[in-house]
Amino acid sequence: MHDPLPEHDDFIHSEEFLHRLMRRQFRLSAACAACFVVVLLGLPLLNYFAPGLMSVRVGGFTLSWLVLGVLFFPFVWVISGVFIRKSLRMESEEAEEAQAENRKRAARQS
Amino acid sequence: MMAAIELKLDFWVVALSAVTVVLTIWMGFWAARKARTASDFFVAGRSVSVGWNASAISGEYLSAASFMGIAGMVMSSGYDALWYPVCYACGYLFLLLFIAGPLRRFGAYTIPDFAEGRFDSPLFRKIAVTFVLFIGFFYTMPQMNGAGKALSYIIPGLPYWVGVAVVGAVITVNVALGGMKGITLVQAFQYWLKMFAISVPVFVLVAVFGGYSSHLRANLTAGEQAAGVTVEVRAAETGVKREVLPPNDAAKKVSVPADAAWIAPFGPRSSKPAVTAQKAGVAIADTKPYALLWTYSLIIALVCGTAGLPHILVRFYTNPDGVAAKRTTMWVMILIGVFYLFPPVFGVLGRNLMPELYNGASGVKGTDGSVLKLPLLLGGVWGSVLSGVTCAGAFAAFMSTFSGLLVSITGALAHDIYGRILRPQSTAQERMQMFKVFAFVCGAAAILLGLVVENFEINMLVGWAFAIAATSYFPLLFLSTWWRGITMKGAAAGMLAGGLLSLGSIVSTMFADNWGADGLKAWYAQHPLIRTLAEQPAIWGLPLALFLMVVVSKATRSSIPGDVRRKMLVLHAPETLGLKEEYIKEHEGMGGH
Repeated sequence: MHDPLPEHDDFIHSEEFLHRLMRRQFRLSAACAACFVVVLLGLPLLNYFAPGLMSVRVGGFTLSWLVLGVLFFPFVWVISGVFIRKSLRMESEEAEEAQAENRKRAARQS
Repeated sequence: MMAAIELKLDFWVVALSAVTVVLTIWMGFWAARKARTASDFFVAGRSVSVGWNASAISGEYLSAASFMGIAGMVMSSGYDALWYPVCYACGYLFLLLFIAGPLRRFGAYTIPDFAEGRFDSPLFRKIAVTFVLFIGFFYTMPQMNGAGKALSYIIPGLPYWVGVAVVGAVITVNVALGGMKGITLVQAFQYWLKMFAISVPVFVLVAVFGGYSSHLRANLTAGEQAAGVTVEVRAAETGVKREVLPPNDAAKKVSVPADAAWIAPFGPRSSKPAVTAQKAGVAIADTKPYALLWTYSLIIALVCGTAGLPHILVRFYTNPDGVAAKRTTMWVMILIGVFYLFPPVFGVLGRNLMPELYNGASGVKGTDGSVLKLPLLLGGVWGSVLSGVTCAGAFAAFMSTFSGLLVSITGALAHDIYGRILRPQSTAQERMQMFKVFAFVCGAAAILLGLVVENFEINMLVGWAFAIAATSYFPLLFLSTWWRGITMKGAAAGMLAGGLLSLGSIVSTMFADNWGADGLKAWYAQHPLIRTLAEQPAIWGLPLALFLMVVVSKATRSSIPGDVRRKMLVLHAPETLGLKEEYIKEHEGMGGH
């Protein structure tokens, strides 16, 4: 894809930076989503193939009820807490790196 | 215990509900004085703090279906209904992971703004606006339906239309006066009211009648029944004084689900298509595969639907920046997650303590009424007060969700249709005036629609909205934030095909079940697999939409927006780099829109 705004030829506007940015962000999001999806979609499978195990009583709850009705919420909070911490750190790293690289290139050109 | 349920006009119930309505009006007027600019009206000046915004989003999200419907569903169909609260809450995770940050960084007023900005296509704005209005009005109907039924429960004998008209009028005035800024404060307040109204009665009920787990213990699994555990033993063990559930009685229309099917996964709710097939004489040894398929499809619809509801998405634009958008989402998940722990408790207690609600009636007369009626079991003034508290919470639920919907519908009309399509040269002041006019028009339309759907089920209508959102907006947002190859034609093709086919297939099962399409009904009964897929279309609708978006985009590769790299950079680059301002300036400099 050609860029119709060629006046920006610094690092921040380079293909390299965008590519790395999107890949890093997507990898983090996809990893967090995978943790969540494995548990979310695994639970019906466990219910299906191991109904005996899932109907074991844990303090009155069946195991499947305890997992879905109670424990699932804190599990998701942990995932989102981790994601937010990591993504905010990643963002500030990216910004710093990009600006540092920009300065380096500008210095080289002059 | 059972006789106490007959309804009469209860002072506390009426008083506390009235207080909620009056407080909402008052807060609306109070907030309206602070809302002056167009930006205040559409996105609350983009300056809502994380705490306020998280409370407001949660308040808006917890609708009538959440407040009363989940308890009712858990009571009527047990474990299968637990997916609803869990997926309603967890859909936010997908929003957070893939959509919240980029969408906020792009800095548009509405989703149609994003659609046009991303594809440089005014045509696509029109398609996106149509979907906003469509999903918005679909989601409005159940709120109105719940309001009408709840008010006729609170004041026995009052006709259905009064509740619809009261809630509709109050919120329309609020929205017209204060726009997004006005309702942000009201919705934040309503979240905490709902949280109070659902949790306090649960704590009291549990203290008096026994805990969540001991009530669940009273429902035997299939294995325990085979082992010969009996009701008497259970009562002694758990301290739950459970009256024997009444037998299924066709004359009285009482149908209590069996213990083992109720507490176990893949119960009557999820295996319904296969069960109807059995009735039609098709021999099926095991209905569980269909139930598993149904469950997966439901999960996809709810999780992805949450991430694609326009009235939720529009809220992300009220955050000051992308960082705040992420923090807000985190808090929303905590706030609604804590809330969703409680409605199933009502369902479980209702099953053991109020089996007369298994009367086959829809809405608050049936199991949906468990949240409103269970506190009455406490008897005396405190029973009435707590029942009044849950009624007040229900009113807060209808009003906050409807106000959010009305803002997003009105915003779509005033900002996108009037401001961008009909009169692009209009000033901000004129658009704000039109916002007020459209608020009244949409409010009136919502009231009329609410009157039409008197006999519909809340959850069915909500399900439609979720299925359409999951198969249209979610794939659109996902691909256009993460894939540069998407074109306007690809996005439109996938969105229209996914959304419309899903809607069509759901409606076809409604025709088969309720509206007398007997030939179709018989055919569906012969084909339980197709029936399952038609009832829960997300499992094929979402992949279909994604597939069409990719294929059509590849075919129309030449129409990828020329500056797609810049757009992706604005969507993903950290805001401290200041790329957005640069992008907007250049766009204006180039004589864009």
